Amino acid sequence: MTDWIDIAALDDIPQRGARVVKTRQGCVAVFRTAADEVFALDNTCPHKQGPLAEGIVHGSAVTCPLHNWVISLETGLVQGNDEGQVATYPARVEGGRILLDTTFLQARTAA
Amino acid sequence: MTQNIIVIGAGMASGRALEHLFDAGADVNVTLFNAEPRGNYNRIMLSPVLAGDKTYEEIVTHDAEWYEANGVTCRFGERVASVDRAAKTVTAENGDVLPYDKLIFGTGSNPFMIPLPGHDLDGVIAYRDLEDTELMMAMGPQNKVVVIGGGLLGLEAAAGMAARGVDVTVVHIMGHLMERQLDEAAGYLLRKALVDKGITVLCQANSKEILGHDGKVRALLLDDGTELPCDLLVMAVGIRPNVALAAEAGLAVGKGIHVDDQMVTSDESILAVGECVEHNGAIFGLVAPLYDQAKVAAQTILGEEAAFVQKELSTKLKVTGCDLFSAGDFADAEGREDIVFRDPGRGVYRRLVIEDNVVVGTVMYGDTADSGWFFGLIRDKTDIAEMRDTVIFGPAYQGGAPVDPLAAVAALPRDAEICGCNGICKGTIVDAIEGGAGDLTAVRAVTKASGSCGTCTGLVEQVLAVTLGDDFVLPGAQPICGCTDMTHEDVRRMIKSQELKSMDAVWQECAWKTRDGCHVCRPALNYYLIADWPLEYLDDPQSRFINERKHANIQKDGTFSVVPRMWGGITTPDELRAIADAADKYDVPTVKVTGGQRIDLLGVKGEDLPSIWADLNDAGMVSGHAYSKGLRTVKTCVGTDHCRFGTQDSTGLGIKLEKALWGSWTPHKLKLGVSGCPRNCAEATCKDIGVVCVDSGFQVGIGGAAGMDVREVERLIDVETEEETIVVIKAMTQLYRENAKYLDRIYKWMNKVGLDWIRERIADPAERDALAARFDLSQTVYQKDPWAEHAQKKAAIYRPVANLTLEAAE
Ligand SMILES: Cc1cc2nc3c(=O)[nH]c(=O)nc-3n(C[C@H](O)[C@H](O)[C@H](O)COP(=O)(O)OP(=O)(O)OC[C@H]3O[C@@H](n4cnc5c(N)ncnc54)[C@H](O)[C@@H]3O)c2cc1C
Ligand code: SF4
Ligand code: FES
Repeated sequence: MTDWIDIAALDDIPQRGARVVKTRQGCVAVFRTAADEVFALDNTCPHKQGPLAEGIVHGSAVTCPLHNWVISLETGLVQGNDEGQVATYPARVEGGRILLDTTFLQARTAA
Repeated sequence: MTQNIIVIGAGMASGRALEHLFDAGADVNVTLFNAEPRGNYNRIMLSPVLAGDKTYEEIVTHDAEWYEANGVTCRFGERVASVDRAAKTVTAENGDVLPYDKLIFGTGSNPFMIPLPGHDLDGVIAYRDLEDTELMMAMGPQNKVVVIGGGLLGLEAAAGMAARGVDVTVVHIMGHLMERQLDEAAGYLLRKALVDKGITVLCQANSKEILGHDGKVRALLLDDGTELPCDLLVMAVGIRPNVALAAEAGLAVGKGIHVDDQMVTSDESILAVGECVEHNGAIFGLVAPLYDQAKVAAQTILGEEAAFVQKELSTKLKVTGCDLFSAGDFADAEGREDIVFRDPGRGVYRRLVIEDNVVVGTVMYGDTADSGWFFGLIRDKTDIAEMRDTVIFGPAYQGGAPVDPLAAVAALPRDAEICGCNGICKGTIVDAIEGGAGDLTAVRAVTKASGSCGTCTGLVEQVLAVTLGDDFVLPGAQPICGCTDMTHEDVRRMIKSQELKSMDAVWQECAWKTRDGCHVCRPALNYYLIADWPLEYLDDPQSRFINERKHANIQKDGTFSVVPRMWGGITTPDELRAIADAADKYDVPTVKVTGGQRIDLLGVKGEDLPSIWADLNDAGMVSGHAYSKGLRTVKTCVGTDHCRFGTQDSTGLGIKLEKALWGSWTPHKLKLGVSGCPRNCAEATCKDIGVVCVDSGFQVGIGGAAGMDVREVERLIDVETEEETIVVIKAMTQLYRENAKYLDRIYKWMNKVGLDWIRERIADPAERDALAARFDLSQTVYQKDPWAEHAQKKAAIYRPVANLTLEAAE
């Protein structure tokens, strides 16, 4: 079952940028690419917990601001020689609004 | 005894002659006349000016300071009306009569205007000087222009205007373009390339009449009845040595002014150099031989023995994107054979003309990398019998004892021209390399060789290889990152020459392999665009590293540190109180004094940034840019105010410098220091730019560092006043901004271009002022406090976009 909730307007996030959504289980980073796709990932780099929302967004990836690991926004997988994965959550845009799936968001502590 | 020298014409040849005279310390008193209302400039660079790659200021070769320093009396905008050889005087247009001991003619050429009906209409011009260039530059996409003449000059005019979007038609009377330098096949390829640039080319087209309307040009009429409408008509059909004045004075004149091997005319007190000259029946239209003449003329005046020798010439077309080379004689004749190589797929064409097993001429199109080698064969009259089968493929294919492709370059004499656009010969490049320019970029920066159209890049690299020997590593051309094959330098040149003013334009024109770059190239591109187009380019925060995007240093736990500016390291009790209050209010765990004498508030939460800034702003403080690739701090000692050793007000100068430079973006961080005496308490000698005050003034050094590398500054220049110091440092900063690779500190960049090169730029008052002016221009846009801006308008982006903690609790 999905439970989409409206969290913000697409334009609240700059293209090639990100903002965080606060949840009880910590922050989720919501990214917007140049092509206006949106992705939601844990805001925590698998390396040393760098805040991914502060990274540079390029293509459909983000570079962690602390030590430049590159993470795929689509899969959460760390690219290149490094290893690790960031949890990803369903996100979509509808009528200029960004929707996240709360059931997934809430399920993540359980996992 | 001081010789009184009068020079007629401030052209490329006479300018060079004067340089030689002054360099040799000649005891002369020079008066320089020029019909154009300006001094010497590099005429061949008018094409890059037309195409928008250069400004007029950049092609000036001698400026007011140079003339003044050498005591030249300048009479620009004044024509010499007559010469009285018996009285040894010249008469200026306004009637002034001036005596001379030696007179130098450097009157150049007059463009030839075909006397078609209508040739005197408004809007019919030649392509010779800045005025002509400016008229062409005034044309835009709404205009039509016709160029008569498909030679080098006409095509440069056409390509330059086409680059501005002008609708250009070239009308050429012969069957193919540049028929004097190219054979038909190469001419065809050239034509194809020009047509691809959007230029209409009509060959075998005979102009009949220029049609006008109200005294202004309206169209060109061809003899087949075709009418080509135009707003401007450029005639570039040839030049004639400008000999009228010399002839009137009774000098021996043929096609040009007759000179002997010493450049002396039929009157022993009168010399002539340049395009106005005829030597052994030849006249000249390219720069290389004129420079030789200039040198000989100077030596003659100095009483040294010297003789001008005509040499084999080669031509390269400067029109960007057309790789083309020709040398020697390639006309058909009895006893001559051709070897031709074509690769239509790649648009490559090569032709060698051979006579008695010696190459006498060559035409190459599309791939001119081996042109130096072929030119060497012609020059040295090499017997090619042994390699006849393979000679056309170039040096790499010479089997048996492998022919070293570099041997030809090594054998070139010092005065062989390597870069046609800029008239740079091998010797100049070798000197630059020996002076420390260790790679292509550095050579380009120091000598300008290969910096314009780039067709000679391969040759310059070969000169590097020959000169450096084993030290030479062929630039494995380090691309910026995986998104492109281009180097930082390539991209910088593209941004300038193609006027790329947005990130999208760069990605498009430089064929980026990714959709929108990556974290490596984007910050670099953002910087280059800001540095080159401060007024036009819009800064892109999303291409900045978080520190610059959020104007604070990110720490390992994701919190930030905040450093307010303290001008020159000076603060007040009120400021300190405000800082202390802010530290309390925002639970700042650590308050630290930085290495640059500022106070760092460490551990501020990202969300709190706008409010802590607002508080500090209220107390009169602005961002210290401690996070930026830009001006960080100017560290100072106490100087004369309190110190018993201080020679100057070092604190005051530090404050002035910081106020002038803050907010500017640079390739890497920029730290300054000012010490009041050589005791150097501000440690100014390990800063990127350091000033040590002494009794006689200010010693400015650059290239210090105290980070991963520890280095002492090297002395750049000594100046007397505080004002000069500030201008020098602004100019220095701008030179660094415009030339260094992103993330190179000054010392790294300095190692590439050489301190001498930097020093020359800064020591030249005109260049220094121009650099400082460009710096100031950029500051009108970028000197602003990002804290105030963000605290007021962008505070929202520092907060979460949504808060679901409450929701989940329900
Ligand atoms: C657009 C363009 C592109 C070119 N590109 C190339 C190139 O790529 N490679 C190359 O080798 N060459 C090139 N040339 C040719 C090169 O510029 C000339 O060969 C060179 O400038 C000639 O130098 P000069 O000193 O003889 O004459 P000029 O540089 O023409 O100077 C002569 C000066 O004398 C002044 N004068 C004339 N009569 C009088 C008088 N009575 N009193 C006072 N002053 C007078 C004139 O106003 C003029 O300023 C190019 C030329 C042009 C116009
Ligand atoms: S550098 Fe010289 S002037 Fe400055 S504080 Fe030290 S001793 Fe005094
Ligand atoms: S914490 Fe993300 S790369 Fe090190």
